[in-house]
Amino acid sequence: MESRLASALIRIGTGFTLLFLYIPLVILALYAFNKGITHAWPPDLWTTKWFSAALHDPDLPGALRNSVLAAIGATTIALLLGSLAAFAVHRFSFFGRDTISFVLVLPIALPGIVTAIALASSINYANIAFGLTLGLFTIIVGHATFCIVVVFNNVIARLRRTPTSFVEASMDLGADGWQTFRYVTFPALKTALVAGALLAFGLSFDEIVVTNFTAGATLTLPLWIFNNIRLPKQQPIVNAVALVLMLLSIIPVYFAQRLAGGVQAAQPTGEGSAAAATPVVPLEEAGPG
Amino acid sequence: MLVVYLASLALMLVTAFWRLNELSSQIERVWGLQNFQTLWNSSATRLITVRTVGMAAAVTVTDLILAFPIAYYAARIATPRGRNLLLLAVVMPLWSNYLVRVFAWRVITSGDGPLQALLKLIGINYSISASNWAVWLTFCYLWLPFAILPVYAALERVPGSLMEASSDLGAHNGLTFRRVVVPLIFPGLVAASIFTFSLTLGDYITPVLVGKGFFIGNTIYNLVGLASNLPLAAAYAFVPIVIMAIYLTLARKLGALEAI
Repeated sequence: MESRLASALIRIGTGFTLLFLYIPLVILALYAFNKGITHAWPPDLWTTKWFSAALHDPDLPGALRNSVLAAIGATTIALLLGSLAAFAVHRFSFFGRDTISFVLVLPIALPGIVTAIALASSINYANIAFGLTLGLFTIIVGHATFCIVVVFNNVIARLRRTPTSFVEASMDLGADGWQTFRYVTFPALKTALVAGALLAFGLSFDEIVVTNFTAGATLTLPLWIFNNIRLPKQQPIVNAVALVLMLLSIIPVYFAQRLAGGVQAAQPTGEGSAAAATPVVPLEEAGPG
Repeated sequence: MLVVYLASLALMLVTAFWRLNELSSQIERVWGLQNFQTLWNSSATRLITVRTVGMAAAVTVTDLILAFPIAYYAARIATPRGRNLLLLAVVMPLWSNYLVRVFAWRVITSGDGPLQALLKLIGINYSISASNWAVWLTFCYLWLPFAILPVYAALERVPGSLMEASSDLGAHNGLTFRRVVVPLIFPGLVAASIFTFSLTLGDYITPVLVGKGFFIGNTIYNLVGLASNLPLAAAYAFVPIVIMAIYLTLARKLGALEAI
Protein backbone atom coordinates (compact mmCIF):
# COMPACT_ATOMS: atom_id res chain seq x y z
CA MET A 1 0.00 0.00 0.00
CA GLU A 2 1.70 3.20 1.11
CA SER A 3 5.34 3.40 0.19
CA ARG A 4 7.79 4.23 2.94
CA LEU A 5 8.01 7.81 1.71
CA ALA A 6 4.23 8.30 1.61
CA SER A 7 3.84 6.75 5.04
CA ALA A 8 6.58 9.02 6.45
CA LEU A 9 4.93 12.10 4.92
CA ILE A 10 1.57 11.15 6.42
CA ARG A 11 3.14 10.67 9.84
CA ILE A 12 4.96 14.00 9.63
CA GLY A 13 1.74 15.72 8.49
CA THR A 14 -0.20 14.13 11.35
CA GLY A 15 2.39 15.29 13.89
CA PHE A 16 2.42 18.79 12.43
CA THR A 17 -1.38 19.11 12.59
CA LEU A 18 -1.44 17.85 16.19
CA LEU A 19 1.22 20.40 17.15
CA PHE A 20 -0.74 23.11 15.32
CA LEU A 21 -3.86 22.18 17.33
CA TYR A 22 -2.22 22.09 20.74
CA ILE A 23 0.76 24.49 20.83
CA PRO A 24 -1.55 27.56 20.92
CA LEU A 25 -3.29 26.19 23.99
CA VAL A 26 0.06 25.50 25.70
CA ILE A 27 1.28 29.03 24.91
CA LEU A 28 -1.94 30.49 26.29
CA ALA A 29 -1.47 28.48 29.50
CA LEU A 30 2.14 29.70 29.85
CA TYR A 31 1.24 33.37 29.46
CA ALA A 32 -1.38 33.08 32.19
CA PHE A 33 1.58 32.98 34.61
CA ASN A 34 3.47 35.80 32.88
CA LYS A 35 4.54 38.69 35.14
CA GLY A 36 4.44 41.39 32.47
CA ILE A 37 1.38 42.63 30.61
CA THR A 38 2.85 42.33 27.10
CA HIS A 39 3.22 39.05 25.25
CA ALA A 40 6.95 39.36 24.52
CA TRP A 41 8.72 36.04 24.09
CA PRO A 42 9.92 34.43 26.30
CA PRO A 43 7.29 35.00 29.04
CA ASP A 44 8.53 36.25 32.39
CA LEU A 45 7.40 33.37 34.66
CA TRP A 46 5.94 32.65 37.29
CA THR A 47 3.20 34.61 38.99
CA THR A 48 -0.35 33.82 40.00
CA LYS A 49 -1.28 37.46 40.60
CA TRP A 50 -3.59 37.57 37.56
CA PHE A 51 -5.75 34.81 38.98
CA SER A 52 -6.34 36.75 42.18
CA ALA A 53 -6.90 39.88 40.09
CA ALA A 54 -9.57 37.97 38.17
CA LEU A 55 -11.23 36.99 41.46
CA HIS A 56 -11.51 40.65 42.37
CA ASP A 57 -12.82 41.84 39.01
CA PRO A 58 -16.08 43.70 39.70
CA ASP A 59 -17.93 42.52 36.56
CA LEU A 60 -16.83 38.93 36.37
CA PRO A 61 -19.20 37.30 38.93
CA GLY A 62 -22.28 38.88 37.36
CA ALA A 63 -21.15 37.89 33.88
CA LEU A 64 -20.60 34.30 35.02
CA ARG A 65 -24.03 34.21 36.67
CA ASN A 66 -25.75 35.54 33.54
CA SER A 67 -23.95 32.98 31.38
CA VAL A 68 -25.06 30.11 33.60
CA LEU A 69 -28.66 31.39 33.75
CA ALA A 70 -28.79 31.90 29.98
CA ALA A 71 -27.38 28.42 29.36
CA ILE A 72 -29.89 26.82 31.74
CA GLY A 73 -32.77 28.75 30.17
CA ALA A 74 -31.78 28.02 26.59
CA THR A 75 -31.09 24.34 27.34
CA THR A 76 -34.47 23.90 29.03
CA ILE A 77 -36.35 25.48 26.10
CA ALA A 78 -34.28 23.48 23.63
CA LEU A 79 -34.93 20.17 25.42
CA LEU A 80 -38.68 20.78 25.44
CA LEU A 81 -39.18 22.20 21.95
CA GLY A 82 -36.36 20.27 20.27
CA SER A 83 -37.61 16.87 21.38
CA LEU A 84 -41.25 17.77 20.68
CA ALA A 85 -40.28 18.77 17.15
CA ALA A 86 -38.33 15.54 16.73
CA PHE A 87 -41.33 13.47 17.92
CA ALA A 88 -43.63 15.30 15.53
CA VAL A 89 -41.34 14.93 12.52
CA HIS A 90 -40.61 11.31 13.34
CA ARG A 91 -44.07 10.05 14.26
CA PHE A 92 -46.45 11.94 11.99
CA SER A 93 -46.33 12.87 8.38
CA PHE A 94 -47.96 16.23 7.84
CA PHE A 95 -47.96 19.10 5.45
CA GLY A 96 -44.64 20.93 5.59
CA ARG A 97 -42.80 18.17 7.43
CA ASP A 98 -39.73 18.32 5.22
CA THR A 99 -39.76 22.09 5.47
CA ILE A 100 -39.51 21.85 9.26
CA SER A 101 -36.51 19.53 9.03
CA PHE A 102 -34.90 21.99 6.65
CA VAL A 103 -35.71 25.11 8.64
CA LEU A 104 -34.39 23.54 11.83
CA VAL A 105 -30.99 23.18 10.20
CA LEU A 106 -30.93 26.76 8.92
CA PRO A 107 -29.50 28.39 12.07
CA ILE A 108 -26.41 26.21 11.75
CA ALA A 109 -26.14 26.32 7.95
CA LEU A 110 -26.32 30.10 7.62
CA PRO A 111 -23.26 32.18 8.51
CA GLY A 112 -23.41 33.26 12.17
CA ILE A 113 -23.64 36.96 11.41
CA VAL A 114 -26.85 36.36 9.43
CA THR A 115 -28.64 34.79 12.41
CA ALA A 116 -27.33 37.63 14.55
CA ILE A 117 -28.60 40.36 12.21
CA ALA A 118 -31.93 38.59 11.79
CA LEU A 119 -32.50 38.50 15.55
CA ALA A 120 -31.25 42.07 15.91
CA SER A 121 -33.84 43.18 13.32
CA SER A 122 -36.75 41.54 15.08
CA ILE A 123 -35.65 42.70 18.53
CA ASN A 124 -35.39 46.20 17.14
CA TYR A 125 -38.89 45.81 15.78
CA ALA A 126 -40.25 44.37 19.02
CA ASN A 127 -38.61 47.20 20.87
CA ILE A 128 -40.51 49.77 18.79
CA ALA A 129 -43.74 47.77 18.76
CA PHE A 130 -44.04 46.68 22.41
CA GLY A 131 -41.02 48.12 24.15
CA LEU A 132 -39.10 44.85 24.50
CA THR A 133 -35.75 45.64 26.06
CA LEU A 134 -32.50 43.78 25.57
CA GLY A 135 -31.42 41.59 28.44
CA LEU A 136 -31.27 38.06 29.75
CA PHE A 137 -34.60 37.22 28.11
CA THR A 138 -33.49 38.20 24.61
CA ILE A 139 -30.17 36.37 25.16
CA ILE A 140 -32.05 33.17 26.05
CA VAL A 141 -34.37 33.45 23.05
CA GLY A 142 -31.37 33.95 20.74
CA HIS A 143 -29.49 30.99 22.17
CA ALA A 144 -32.53 28.74 22.11
CA THR A 145 -32.81 29.09 18.31
CA PHE A 146 -29.63 27.12 17.69
CA CYS A 147 -29.78 24.98 20.85
CA ILE A 148 -33.09 23.54 19.60
CA VAL A 149 -31.28 22.32 16.52
CA VAL A 150 -28.74 20.23 18.41
CA VAL A 151 -31.38 18.65 20.64
CA PHE A 152 -33.59 17.98 17.61
CA ASN A 153 -30.72 16.33 15.72
CA ASN A 154 -29.80 14.13 18.66
CA VAL A 155 -33.34 13.03 19.44
CA ILE A 156 -34.40 12.40 15.84
CA ALA A 157 -31.26 10.35 15.13
CA ARG A 158 -32.02 8.19 18.16
CA LEU A 159 -35.71 7.87 17.27
CA ARG A 160 -34.77 6.68 13.79
CA ARG A 161 -32.47 4.04 15.22
CA THR A 162 -35.02 2.79 17.74
CA PRO A 163 -37.25 0.19 16.06
CA THR A 164 -40.94 1.14 16.14
CA SER A 165 -41.64 -2.50 16.93
CA PHE A 166 -40.60 -1.76 20.55
CA VAL A 167 -43.41 0.72 20.91
CA GLU A 168 -45.84 -1.61 19.12
CA ALA A 169 -44.83 -4.51 21.37
CA SER A 170 -45.38 -2.37 24.43
CA MET A 171 -48.85 -1.36 23.22
CA ASP A 172 -49.69 -4.97 22.30
CA LEU A 173 -48.73 -6.05 25.79
CA GLY A 174 -51.32 -3.66 27.14
CA ALA A 175 -49.33 -0.61 28.15
CA ASP A 176 -51.07 2.70 27.73
CA GLY A 177 -49.44 5.66 25.96
CA TRP A 178 -47.95 7.11 29.12
CA GLN A 179 -46.52 3.75 30.28
CA THR A 180 -44.99 3.18 26.85
CA PHE A 181 -43.36 6.58 26.99
CA ARG A 182 -42.22 6.08 30.58
CA TYR A 183 -40.80 2.57 30.17
CA VAL A 184 -39.88 2.25 26.48
CA THR A 185 -39.46 5.53 24.62
CA PHE A 186 -37.86 7.62 27.36
CA PRO A 187 -35.21 5.05 28.40
CA ALA A 188 -34.23 4.72 24.74
CA LEU A 189 -33.91 8.48 24.44
CA LYS A 190 -32.25 9.22 27.76
CA THR A 191 -28.63 9.38 26.62
CA ALA A 192 -29.60 11.25 23.45
CA LEU A 193 -31.30 13.87 25.61
CA VAL A 194 -28.30 14.13 27.93
CA ALA A 195 -25.94 14.46 24.96
CA GLY A 196 -28.20 17.11 23.42
CA ALA A 197 -28.40 19.00 26.71
CA LEU A 198 -24.60 18.91 27.12
CA LEU A 199 -24.13 20.27 23.63
CA ALA A 200 -26.80 22.93 24.05
CA PHE A 201 -25.40 24.06 27.39
CA GLY A 202 -21.88 24.25 25.98
CA LEU A 203 -22.99 26.13 22.88
CA SER A 204 -24.96 28.66 24.89
CA PHE A 205 -22.24 29.12 27.51
CA ASP A 206 -19.66 29.97 24.82
CA GLU A 207 -21.84 31.88 22.42
CA ILE A 208 -20.69 35.38 21.42
CA VAL A 209 -21.66 35.98 17.76
CA VAL A 210 -25.41 36.23 18.38
CA THR A 211 -25.19 37.34 22.03
CA ASN A 212 -23.34 40.48 21.00
CA PHE A 213 -26.49 41.65 19.22
CA THR A 214 -29.09 40.45 21.73
CA ALA A 215 -27.56 41.29 25.11
CA GLY A 216 -27.80 45.07 25.34
CA ALA A 217 -26.07 46.13 28.55
CA THR A 218 -26.26 42.64 30.07
CA LEU A 219 -22.84 41.03 30.39
CA THR A 220 -22.18 37.34 29.79
CA LEU A 221 -18.82 35.67 30.27
CA PRO A 222 -17.91 35.65 26.55
CA LEU A 223 -18.98 39.29 26.30
CA TRP A 224 -16.80 40.14 29.29
CA ILE A 225 -13.86 38.44 27.54
CA PHE A 226 -14.63 40.18 24.23
CA ASN A 227 -14.76 43.61 25.89
CA ASN A 228 -11.68 43.09 28.03
CA ILE A 229 -9.40 41.50 25.42
CA ARG A 230 -9.20 44.87 23.71
CA LEU A 231 -8.04 46.68 26.86
CA PRO A 232 -4.27 46.13 27.12
CA LYS A 233 -4.23 46.41 30.91
CA GLN A 234 -6.93 43.77 31.26
CA GLN A 235 -5.31 41.23 28.93
CA PRO A 236 -3.43 39.26 31.62
CA ILE A 237 -6.66 38.88 33.62
CA VAL A 238 -8.44 37.65 30.49
CA ASN A 239 -5.57 35.23 30.01
CA ALA A 240 -6.02 33.82 33.53
CA VAL A 241 -9.79 33.46 33.01
CA ALA A 242 -9.12 31.83 29.62
CA LEU A 243 -6.91 29.18 31.23
CA VAL A 244 -9.58 28.40 33.83
CA LEU A 245 -12.24 28.08 31.09
CA MET A 246 -9.93 25.83 29.08
CA LEU A 247 -9.48 23.51 32.05
CA LEU A 248 -13.23 23.55 32.78
CA SER A 249 -13.93 22.40 29.21
CA ILE A 250 -12.44 19.02 30.11
CA ILE A 251 -15.57 18.28 32.20
CA PRO A 252 -18.06 18.02 29.30
CA VAL A 253 -15.50 16.07 27.26
CA TYR A 254 -15.32 13.56 30.10
CA PHE A 255 -19.10 13.20 30.23
CA ALA A 256 -19.39 12.94 26.46
CA GLN A 257 -16.77 10.19 26.51
CA ARG A 258 -18.69 8.31 29.20
CA LEU A 259 -21.88 8.66 27.16
CA ALA A 260 -20.23 7.41 24.02
CA GLY A 261 -19.10 4.33 25.92
CA GLY A 262 -15.49 4.71 24.88
CA VAL A 263 -16.17 4.81 21.15
CA GLN A 264 -16.18 8.48 20.49
CA ALA A 265 -16.60 10.31 17.30
CA ALA A 266 -17.90 13.70 16.52
CA GLN A 267 -19.84 15.57 13.99
CA PRO A 268 -19.64 19.27 13.38
CA THR A 269 -22.85 21.21 13.45
CA GLY A 270 -21.72 24.40 11.80
CA GLU A 271 -22.60 28.05 12.44
CA GLY A 272 -20.39 30.83 13.73
CA SER A 273 -19.49 30.62 17.33
CA ALA A 274 -21.98 27.85 17.88
CA ALA A 275 -19.81 25.81 15.60
CA ALA A 276 -16.78 26.88 17.46
CA ALA A 277 -18.01 25.22 20.55
CA THR A 278 -19.40 22.08 19.01
CA PRO A 279 -18.16 19.17 21.03
CA VAL A 280 -17.78 15.43 21.06
CA VAL A 281 -20.94 13.47 20.67
CA PRO A 282 -21.51 9.91 19.60
CA LEU A 283 -21.47 9.97 15.80
CA GLU A 284 -24.88 8.52 15.25
CA GLU A 285 -26.38 11.07 17.63
CA ALA A 286 -25.31 14.16 15.75
CA GLY A 287 -25.87 15.60 12.34
CA PRO A 288 -29.07 15.87 10.42
CA GLY A 289 -30.60 12.44 9.90
CA MET B 1 -39.16 29.41 18.66
CA LEU B 2 -39.09 28.29 15.08
CA VAL B 3 -41.58 31.03 14.34
CA VAL B 4 -39.38 33.57 16.12
CA TYR B 5 -36.42 32.50 14.03
CA LEU B 6 -38.24 32.46 10.70
CA ALA B 7 -39.97 35.75 11.46
CA SER B 8 -36.58 37.22 12.30
CA LEU B 9 -35.11 36.05 9.04
CA ALA B 10 -38.08 37.41 7.12
CA LEU B 11 -37.91 40.69 8.98
CA MET B 12 -34.21 40.96 8.18
CA LEU B 13 -34.94 40.43 4.49
CA VAL B 14 -37.61 43.10 4.64
CA THR B 15 -35.45 45.49 6.66
CA ALA B 16 -32.89 45.38 3.87
CA PHE B 17 -35.39 47.26 1.68
CA TRP B 18 -36.16 49.96 4.25
CA ARG B 19 -33.93 52.90 4.86
CA LEU B 20 -32.40 54.94 7.62
CA ASN B 21 -33.34 58.57 8.00
CA GLU B 22 -29.96 60.21 8.34
CA LEU B 23 -31.23 63.11 10.42
CA SER B 24 -33.30 61.24 12.98
CA SER B 25 -31.43 57.90 12.79
CA GLN B 26 -34.83 56.21 12.70
CA ILE B 27 -35.71 53.42 10.32
CA GLU B 28 -38.20 54.61 7.71
CA ARG B 29 -40.43 51.94 6.24
CA VAL B 30 -40.05 53.13 2.70
CA TRP B 31 -39.45 50.42 0.14
CA GLY B 32 -36.50 50.76 -2.14
CA LEU B 33 -33.31 49.26 -3.40
CA GLN B 34 -31.16 52.14 -2.18
CA ASN B 35 -29.23 49.95 0.32
CA PHE B 36 -28.22 47.56 -2.41
CA GLN B 37 -27.27 50.50 -4.62
CA THR B 38 -25.12 51.98 -1.86
CA LEU B 39 -23.35 48.65 -1.40
CA TRP B 40 -22.91 48.04 -5.10
CA ASN B 41 -21.57 51.53 -5.81
CA SER B 42 -19.09 51.51 -2.95
CA SER B 43 -15.66 50.31 -4.03
CA ALA B 44 -14.94 49.58 -0.35
CA THR B 45 -17.70 46.98 -0.01
CA ARG B 46 -16.67 45.37 -3.28
CA LEU B 47 -13.09 45.14 -2.01
CA ILE B 48 -14.26 43.77 1.35
CA THR B 49 -16.42 41.13 -0.34
CA VAL B 50 -13.57 40.01 -2.59
CA ARG B 51 -11.17 39.98 0.37
CA THR B 52 -13.56 37.88 2.48
CA VAL B 53 -14.19 35.36 -0.28
CA GLY B 54 -10.43 35.18 -0.94
CA MET B 55 -9.79 34.61 2.76
CA ALA B 56 -12.47 31.92 2.92
CA ALA B 57 -10.91 30.18 -0.09
CA ALA B 58 -7.38 30.42 1.36
CA VAL B 59 -8.54 29.05 4.71
CA THR B 60 -10.43 26.22 3.01
CA VAL B 61 -7.44 25.14 0.92
CA THR B 62 -5.04 25.34 3.87
CA ASP B 63 -7.36 23.38 6.14
CA LEU B 64 -7.92 20.65 3.56
CA ILE B 65 -4.14 20.26 3.15
CA LEU B 66 -3.65 20.16 6.92
CA ALA B 67 -6.59 17.80 7.39
CA PHE B 68 -5.63 15.10 4.89
CA PRO B 69 -2.58 13.48 6.59
CA ILE B 70 -4.13 13.25 10.06
CA ALA B 71 -7.46 12.06 8.64
CA TYR B 72 -5.65 9.44 6.55
CA TYR B 73 -3.58 8.30 9.52
CA ALA B 74 -6.67 8.00 11.73
CA ALA B 75 -8.72 6.21 9.07
CA ARG B 76 -6.20 3.79 7.61
CA ILE B 77 -3.00 3.47 9.66
CA ALA B 78 -3.83 3.88 13.35
CA THR B 79 -4.97 1.02 15.57
CA PRO B 80 -8.60 1.28 16.77
CA ARG B 81 -7.38 2.63 20.11
CA GLY B 82 -5.02 5.08 18.44
CA ARG B 83 -7.83 6.20 16.15
CA ASN B 84 -10.11 6.97 19.08
CA LEU B 85 -7.39 8.95 20.82
CA LEU B 86 -6.58 10.86 17.64
CA LEU B 87 -10.23 11.76 17.01
CA LEU B 88 -10.58 12.85 20.62
CA ALA B 89 -7.46 15.02 20.18
CA VAL B 90 -9.03 16.59 17.10
CA VAL B 91 -12.34 17.53 18.74
CA MET B 92 -10.96 18.47 22.18
CA PRO B 93 -10.08 22.05 21.13
CA LEU B 94 -13.67 22.54 19.95
CA TRP B 95 -14.88 22.18 23.52
CA SER B 96 -12.76 25.02 24.80
CA ASN B 97 -14.29 28.44 24.40
CA TYR B 98 -14.10 29.96 20.94
CA LEU B 99 -12.88 33.28 22.34
CA VAL B 100 -10.20 31.51 24.33
CA ARG B 101 -8.81 30.05 21.11
CA VAL B 102 -8.95 33.39 19.29
CA PHE B 103 -7.23 34.98 22.27
CA ALA B 104 -4.45 32.36 22.08
CA TRP B 105 -3.72 33.54 18.53
CA ARG B 106 -3.80 37.16 19.58
CA VAL B 107 -1.08 36.26 22.08
CA ILE B 108 0.92 34.22 19.55
CA THR B 109 0.84 36.84 16.80
CA SER B 110 1.38 39.88 19.04
CA GLY B 111 4.40 42.11 18.39
CA ASP B 112 7.63 40.57 19.78
CA GLY B 113 5.50 37.56 20.67
CA PRO B 114 6.12 33.82 20.25
CA LEU B 115 5.55 33.68 16.49
CA GLN B 116 7.83 36.61 15.77
CA ALA B 117 10.54 34.96 17.90
CA LEU B 118 10.08 31.74 15.90
CA LEU B 119 10.30 33.58 12.58
CA LYS B 120 13.46 35.36 13.77
CA LEU B 121 14.94 31.95 14.54
CA ILE B 122 14.64 30.98 10.88
CA GLY B 123 15.98 34.33 9.74
CA ILE B 124 12.78 36.24 8.98
CA ASN B 125 12.44 39.49 10.87
CA TYR B 126 8.75 40.23 10.39
CA SER B 127 5.77 40.76 12.64
CA ILE B 128 2.37 39.57 11.45
CA SER B 129 0.68 41.27 14.40
CA ALA B 130 -2.76 42.65 13.47
CA SER B 131 -2.44 41.63 9.82
CA ASN B 132 -4.44 39.48 7.41
CA TRP B 133 -1.77 36.79 7.91
CA ALA B 134 -2.78 36.60 11.56
CA VAL B 135 -6.46 36.42 10.58
CA TRP B 136 -5.69 33.64 8.10
CA LEU B 137 -3.75 31.59 10.69
CA THR B 138 -6.48 32.04 13.29
CA PHE B 139 -9.28 30.99 10.93
CA CYS B 140 -7.25 27.96 9.82
CA TYR B 141 -6.81 27.01 13.46
CA LEU B 142 -10.45 27.56 14.46
CA TRP B 143 -12.05 25.57 11.66
CA LEU B 144 -9.47 22.80 11.24
CA PRO B 145 -11.43 20.18 13.23
CA PHE B 146 -14.45 20.85 11.00
CA ALA B 147 -12.29 19.99 8.00
CA ILE B 148 -10.66 16.91 9.52
CA LEU B 149 -13.88 15.12 10.53
CA PRO B 150 -15.63 14.94 7.10
CA VAL B 151 -12.35 14.02 5.37
CA TYR B 152 -11.81 11.30 7.95
CA ALA B 153 -15.35 9.99 7.51
CA ALA B 154 -14.85 9.89 3.73
CA LEU B 155 -11.46 8.16 3.94
CA GLU B 156 -12.82 5.57 6.33
CA ARG B 157 -15.34 4.52 3.70
CA VAL B 158 -12.77 4.01 0.91
CA PRO B 159 -12.34 0.24 0.51
CA GLY B 160 -8.71 -0.74 1.07
CA SER B 161 -9.04 -3.26 -1.73
CA LEU B 162 -9.41 -0.47 -4.29
CA MET B 163 -6.12 1.05 -3.24
CA GLU B 164 -4.42 -2.34 -3.31
CA ALA B 165 -5.85 -3.01 -6.75
CA SER B 166 -4.52 0.32 -7.94
CA SER B 167 -1.03 -0.43 -6.71
CA ASP B 168 -1.19 -4.04 -8.01
CA LEU B 169 -1.99 -2.60 -11.41
CA GLY B 170 1.24 -0.67 -11.21
CA ALA B 171 0.11 2.77 -10.10
CA HIS B 172 2.53 4.56 -7.83
CA ASN B 173 1.29 6.38 -4.72
CA GLY B 174 0.84 9.72 -6.42
CA LEU B 175 -1.28 8.19 -9.16
CA THR B 176 -3.39 6.17 -6.73
CA PHE B 177 -3.94 9.33 -4.68
CA ARG B 178 -4.97 11.37 -7.73
CA ARG B 179 -7.04 8.83 -9.59
CA VAL B 180 -8.51 6.67 -6.82
CA VAL B 181 -8.44 8.35 -3.41
CA VAL B 182 -9.34 11.94 -4.34
CA PRO B 183 -12.32 11.05 -6.58
CA LEU B 184 -13.68 8.72 -3.87
CA ILE B 185 -13.36 11.21 -1.02
CA PHE B 186 -14.38 14.21 -3.14
CA PRO B 187 -17.83 14.56 -1.49
CA GLY B 188 -16.09 14.58 1.89
CA LEU B 189 -13.70 17.30 0.73
CA VAL B 190 -16.63 19.42 -0.49
CA ALA B 191 -18.48 18.86 2.80
CA ALA B 192 -15.39 20.00 4.72
CA SER B 193 -15.06 23.05 2.49
CA ILE B 194 -18.69 24.03 3.15
CA PHE B 195 -17.92 24.29 6.85
CA THR B 196 -14.64 26.17 6.52
CA PHE B 197 -16.07 28.49 3.85
CA SER B 198 -19.35 29.31 5.61
CA LEU B 199 -17.72 29.76 9.01
CA THR B 200 -15.10 32.15 7.59
CA LEU B 201 -17.76 34.18 5.74
CA GLY B 202 -19.86 34.67 8.85
CA ASP B 203 -17.22 35.38 11.48
CA TYR B 204 -16.76 38.92 12.73
CA ILE B 205 -14.87 38.32 15.99
CA THR B 206 -11.53 37.11 14.62
CA PRO B 207 -10.88 40.08 12.28
CA VAL B 208 -11.64 42.44 15.19
CA LEU B 209 -9.41 40.65 17.71
CA VAL B 210 -6.38 39.51 15.70
CA GLY B 211 -6.50 41.66 12.54
CA LYS B 212 -7.29 45.18 11.56
CA GLY B 213 -8.68 44.78 8.03
CA PHE B 214 -12.36 44.70 7.19
CA PHE B 215 -14.23 41.53 6.24
CA ILE B 216 -17.93 41.05 5.57
CA GLY B 217 -18.57 39.99 9.17
CA ASN B 218 -16.99 42.92 10.99
CA THR B 219 -18.30 45.38 8.41
CA ILE B 220 -21.87 44.25 9.17
CA TYR B 221 -21.06 44.34 12.89
CA ASN B 222 -19.90 47.95 12.60
CA LEU B 223 -22.94 48.90 10.52
CA VAL B 224 -25.17 47.74 13.36
CA GLY B 225 -23.01 48.73 16.32
CA LEU B 226 -21.33 51.99 15.36
CA ALA B 227 -23.51 53.28 12.55
CA SER B 228 -26.83 51.83 13.85
CA ASN B 229 -27.76 51.35 10.21
CA LEU B 230 -29.72 48.14 10.48
CA PRO B 231 -31.21 48.36 6.95
CA LEU B 232 -27.80 48.63 5.31
CA ALA B 233 -26.43 45.83 7.53
CA ALA B 234 -29.36 43.61 6.60
CA ALA B 235 -28.76 44.33 2.92
CA TYR B 236 -25.09 43.41 3.29
CA ALA B 237 -26.09 40.17 5.06
CA PHE B 238 -27.61 39.16 1.71
CA VAL B 239 -24.09 38.80 0.34
CA PRO B 240 -22.96 35.83 2.49
CA ILE B 241 -26.42 34.26 2.09
CA VAL B 242 -26.22 34.46 -1.70
CA ILE B 243 -22.62 33.20 -1.75
CA MET B 244 -23.53 30.22 0.46
CA ALA B 245 -26.64 29.51 -1.64
CA ILE B 246 -24.49 29.35 -4.79
CA TYR B 247 -21.92 27.23 -2.97
CA LEU B 248 -24.53 24.79 -1.65
CA THR B 249 -26.18 24.51 -5.06
CA LEU B 250 -22.84 23.65 -6.64
CA ALA B 251 -22.15 21.17 -3.84
CA ARG B 252 -25.51 19.52 -4.43
CA LYS B 253 -24.76 19.22 -8.14
CA LEU B 254 -21.50 17.49 -7.19
CA GLY B 255 -23.45 15.15 -4.91
CA ALA B 256 -21.65 16.28 -1.79
CA LEU B 257 -24.56 17.22 0.46
CA GLU B 258 -25.23 13.64 1.50
CA ALA B 259 -21.72 13.55 2.95
CA ILE B 260 -22.48 16.15 5.62
